[in-house]
Amino acid sequence: MCAERSGTSERGRLEIRDVSKRFGDLEVVRSTSLSIGSGQFVTLLGPSGSGKTTLLKMIAGFEHPSTGAILIGDRDVTSLAPQKRNVGFVFQQYALFPHLTVAGNLAYPLQMRGMRKREIEGAVKEALEMVRLSDLATRRPSDLSGGQQQRVALARALIFRPPVLLMDESLAALDKRLREEMQLEVRNLQRALKITTIAVTHDQTEALVMSDMIVVINDGAVQQMGSPADLYYRPQNEFVAGFLGESNVLKGRVEVGAGRTELVLGSGLRVQMGASSSVSSGASVTCLVRPEAIELFPPTEDASRELRGRVLQRIFCGDTFRVTLQLSDGTFVLSRPIGGNSRWLPEPGEDARVSWHPSDLVLISPAPKGNHA
Amino acid sequence: MNRYLRSYGAAVALLAFPAAFLAVFFLLPIAGSIAQSVGSTALDFSHYRRLIEVPLYRSVFLRTLEVALIVCVICLIMGYLCAYFIASLDSKWRTIAIGLISFPFMLSVLVRNYVWTLILQDTGLINRLLVDSGLILLPLELMYNRFAVVVAMVNMLLPYAILPILSSLLAIPLELKTASSSLGASEMRTFIRVTLPLTVPGAAVAALLTFIMGLGFYITPAMLGGTREMMVANLIAFNVKEVLNWSLAFALSTSLLASTLILYMIYRALLPQAVVLKAV
Repeated sequence: MCAERSGTSERGRLEIRDVSKRFGDLEVVRSTSLSIGSGQFVTLLGPSGSGKTTLLKMIAGFEHPSTGAILIGDRDVTSLAPQKRNVGFVFQQYALFPHLTVAGNLAYPLQMRGMRKREIEGAVKEALEMVRLSDLATRRPSDLSGGQQQRVALARALIFRPPVLLMDESLAALDKRLREEMQLEVRNLQRALKITTIAVTHDQTEALVMSDMIVVINDGAVQQMGSPADLYYRPQNEFVAGFLGESNVLKGRVEVGAGRTELVLGSGLRVQMGASSSVSSGASVTCLVRPEAIELFPPTEDASRELRGRVLQRIFCGDTFRVTLQLSDGTFVLSRPIGGNSRWLPEPGEDARVSWHPSDLVLISPAPKGNHA
Repeated sequence: MNRYLRSYGAAVALLAFPAAFLAVFFLLPIAGSIAQSVGSTALDFSHYRRLIEVPLYRSVFLRTLEVALIVCVICLIMGYLCAYFIASLDSKWRTIAIGLISFPFMLSVLVRNYVWTLILQDTGLINRLLVDSGLILLPLELMYNRFAVVVAMVNMLLPYAILPILSSLLAIPLELKTASSSLGASEMRTFIRVTLPLTVPGAAVAALLTFIMGLGFYITPAMLGGTREMMVANLIAFNVKEVLNWSLAFALSTSLLASTLILYMIYRALLPQAVVLKAV
């Protein structure tokens, strides 16, 4: 039993070793290495053209790497054709066979594996139950809604129990509400089946909601990888900070004084930094504050001892507000205070005291010590 | 009325002229020839009776069906291969290939049949090459038989098979093939399980076009078939021009039209409903 379990955990391991891909002169994926443990949900996140889809296609075998190796389990699949890789792939447009019924689509990969008819029927029935589509077995894909097609595509990619599931922007075509529903459904299914999953998306919310690990890719290279919280709260560069969530970027010089470390902005404005910051006095740094960490209070009498901003715009978003302020030195700051009747909120044109906890001011560059991918 | 002429009235107005044209120059003559085939004064089916009773007429009809069917099958196979090859080309070469297929349409049918005569006759290209090279002593009989008729008809009709099959091949999203391979299918099995079924509508159109057009061939059997390979259209011309039995000619043409329509109905009934909606 124990041995079997360790066997399964090996099966879903995915290793990408120094893989790169060039099309002519263009290097779409720069030398990239990733090691993904069995049963993990990993999202490749990046803007379009970042090379994330090419990386996914190389894992599936639709593209072949220019250099490097790809291993699934302990099998080197680098030069294998897609049909020999045993990898489930969910396409952006689902790619269901229009001439086959839902059941026919699900049976297809099993027929290709030479399974017996009786066994196929059982497996198809089970898969249909898994994605709650038992009533639609005899329908054609064109008779299904987008969400239903999506579930068929997912079931078809899982029915032959591949060690690895790949998803190429497969939720992007759904409308917002359905997409959010499917995110949770896919996540639950993935956890229940313990299947290693690599999803490509440019939707940061999707990445944050679904992933165990996010790999941020830009310009063909990995920018940072880590848990969603890690990436959100400790981005290592401005690209990651800007791509995941909204951020206020502050640049300045560090001044270490008696008992307190301060960030001196270009204009001379001083902001308190967390005590843990391990930077030497005088270093120029880039820092980040998330809008939701910024609180607004009525201004006090003493303008010199507080950070004060004038409200330029206030937008109601339901659960939160978006308040854009301008500090006395001209810096723009975005705050996202939680809504509610009892809270004080400045009107446009009014001044507010801008405040955050020093630990919410995160150092992005130079990369802080002891925080690496 | 908006500028897209979406209203019903505009559609009727636009269709009125072609409809009137077809009524006067197409439906009227057909109605006339059907009427003439059953006698000019009283109803007289004697010509139709002769078509059934006289062995010559019967055999010409059967031969016409047979030749059209053979040509249709060959066109379907060759057309599929050509279309599959063209679909695999990149867009620049595909455009060139489609241009080459359409090129023969610019030549007169008469010229193309003459070209086949030059190739197939006793002193033609093929026989000269074979005899001069010493491979054979006497020229092969390539002309005035079914072989010549079928070869030339396939040549004339092949584009009508290639183009619909090609368009149905190009309509298949590339992703389906990729999906099939990711699900474990080899290229051959992808072709059999995905590509082939999805091109059935195109192949159905190709078969229908080549078969029906083949039924009405006149010049090719006349020039390359000799007397042995006479087809219905030649028989009609013979009755109109040589023996001046117009009533029989009308009966022949009406029968050809009727059998074509009946075959078309059978064909539609045999095809799956989904294919009919898409294709025929």
